[in-house]
Amino acid sequence: MKPVKATARNDHLLFVVFAVVVLAMPIWLAPLGAGYPDLMQKFAIYGLFAMGFNILFGLTGYLSFGHAAFLGVGSYTAVWSFKLLGMNPLPAIALAVVTTGVFAWVIGYISLRRTGIYFSILTLAFAQMSYNLAYSVLTPITNGETGLRVLNDDPRILDHMVGRGEADGSLVATLFGVEMNGMPGFYFCAAFLIIGMYISIRIFRSPFGLMLRAIKTNQNRLNYTGVSTRPYALTAFVISGMYAGLAGGLLCVTDPLAGAERMQWTASGEVVLMTILGGAGTLVGPIIGAGLIKYSENIFSAFNEQTLHGIFAFLPDGIEGAVVSVAGLFVGEGWHLTLGLLFMIIVIFLPGGLIEGGKRLVDMTGRGPRGGGGGRAGDAAPQAAE
Amino acid sequence: MDAILLQILNGLDKGGAYALIALGLTLVFGTLGVVNFAHGALFMLGAFCAVTVNQLIGLEQVTQDPTQLTPWGTPVEIREPYIVSWLGDTGLLILEYSVPVSILAAIPVMIVIGLVMERGLIQFFYKRPHAEQILVTFGLAIVLQEIIKTLFGANPLPQTPPDALRTAADVGVMFGFEPGQIVYPWWRLVYFLFAALVIGSVFAFLQLTTFGMVVRAGMADRETVGLFGIDIQKRFTVVFGLAAVVAGLAGVMYTPILPPDYHMGMDFLVLSFVVVVVGGMGSLPGAVAAGFLLGILQSFASMTEVKSIFPGIDQIIIYLVAVVILLVRPRGLMGRKGVMEG
Repeated sequence: MKPVKATARNDHLLFVVFAVVVLAMPIWLAPLGAGYPDLMQKFAIYGLFAMGFNILFGLTGYLSFGHAAFLGVGSYTAVWSFKLLGMNPLPAIALAVVTTGVFAWVIGYISLRRTGIYFSILTLAFAQMSYNLAYSVLTPITNGETGLRVLNDDPRILDHMVGRGEADGSLVATLFGVEMNGMPGFYFCAAFLIIGMYISIRIFRSPFGLMLRAIKTNQNRLNYTGVSTRPYALTAFVISGMYAGLAGGLLCVTDPLAGAERMQWTASGEVVLMTILGGAGTLVGPIIGAGLIKYSENIFSAFNEQTLHGIFAFLPDGIEGAVVSVAGLFVGEGWHLTLGLLFMIIVIFLPGGLIEGGKRLVDMTGRGPRGGGGGRAGDAAPQAAE
Repeated sequence: MDAILLQILNGLDKGGAYALIALGLTLVFGTLGVVNFAHGALFMLGAFCAVTVNQLIGLEQVTQDPTQLTPWGTPVEIREPYIVSWLGDTGLLILEYSVPVSILAAIPVMIVIGLVMERGLIQFFYKRPHAEQILVTFGLAIVLQEIIKTLFGANPLPQTPPDALRTAADVGVMFGFEPGQIVYPWWRLVYFLFAALVIGSVFAFLQLTTFGMVVRAGMADRETVGLFGIDIQKRFTVVFGLAAVVAGLAGVMYTPILPPDYHMGMDFLVLSFVVVVVGGMGSLPGAVAAGFLLGILQSFASMTEVKSIFPGIDQIIIYLVAVVILLVRPRGLMGRKGVMEG
């Protein structure tokens, strides 16, 4: 691999390749058994989620442990937009992004007064607060444990204006007469993923992005230089929250149901894992990470005793039984065990993520690191401002 | 007045659990400098030690009595726990006091778990950024709780306190109130006393023994202690084991109050972290004080009178306090100046 320079031409190339790869997902995912719309929607949505998280964590180094709250807020806003305005996804998405942005601004404004582990705990505290409230007092808004759904007798003003308000039965998000489930739903999400990627590239290459990286590398030095870092970090936090809100909105576009469990802190942990797995601070890493996690979640949770017996049928009977019972712990219901192990393995052996792992592999196979490895910015930098 | 006293009492048992877990977290953070997100899992493992012990000593010998028939025509099955047939009345007593008895089993088990965890994983993360410590221990916590879920199932497993302590104590009488005004379950009182005892022994251990002195010196300045030729690392590993035991014992004794399930660790962990932050990162008295304080605050917030003014306050009070503390006094209530004030 040649040391890729971040020139405008390379970025255009990256963007075009990315767009083509995303749009061609139904084709190249089909042989992997993942070419069906529901899963691809998840890839796109969680890709967006991780991409946004990466703008905060990858660039500034602030580890938020409460990003799931934004996903939840985005979801609830989108469903309320469906209920009040109608099943058009565009206002729902717009509202979800805006509301989440405001919400993120409030939380970010407070949390960013602290750095390091305190920031993580503050965001975690806010996320838990939102989660607890969604389950208890805010039940009129969130519908508690049942989850918020669109009902037939909801106002849906816009739908009534165009005369589609009486449509009973299927309440699916509909854009220009196209129902947003299945393939159209995927392309809808994919479009946002590509737009999100474009914005992400622009942020990475902008002076603003450079400033964010500087925060990660050494915040103290920035402060000494007379730069107030907080507005930059806050902007990154809000942008990152808006990505999460967009992802939450899209989750409800493809399936108009919002539940509080989306805001649980394990969900926040999952997006951290996605980002780390792919490679924090890289452009495409988090999306790859999100895709891999969702893919393996799907594959592993679908496994059961029978499929395992099928896979290990070539083994002698006694061994097969043992192997199946051991492997059975990690699949189906046990998917979370695999996830936890994955978490540990990645953090222990590959904290730079798959992208860095790939780079190391390329370096090892001979070409050698020209230009000093060109690793992540601030890779070896001392932890800023503990 | 009696309502206030009652709420304080109500907060004590939960506060005791918070204080014990937060104490361990602070010990680990103060000595090893590691942010351990798997500490809640240790609490949960302790609780499941109690469950295991209870299941083991409750193992029953099933004999069939052919002289008597059930209404279905099968011989009546006589179930008798082995322990009763071996030890007679002593066995019955052990069976009844299975939760306190579990402490004996939990201490060695938790020491082993703690040492294995520290040597096997945590020691490689001393020098890594806090973010990575958080993530790897978070992963470990998930793994531990999933293992427990596979072994014991997903449902809570209620444990019973001994018969003598199952009733409620009329605490009010001791303070000169009318009988029946302040009634409080005995077991919760026991839990509070137990927590106080454990906390007291940990402090005594750190203050009064040479080992504790070395550990405290190491917390203050690890390099200098190392220069004296003391292998401080070895001591810190023992401290990790100690923290694991404290968390485990907190879990064992908490089982009659809250039926243990596999995710109880996670639930308590987040709160205990908040407790540590409120008390002051690295301050042991702070962790204990904040634990009880937040436990009591939480029970006050659950009063219907308070809830009618601020709906939902009971759900968020602890986090709210943490947010305020972090913004107003970032080093926490009793944190030292300049230590982790970030």
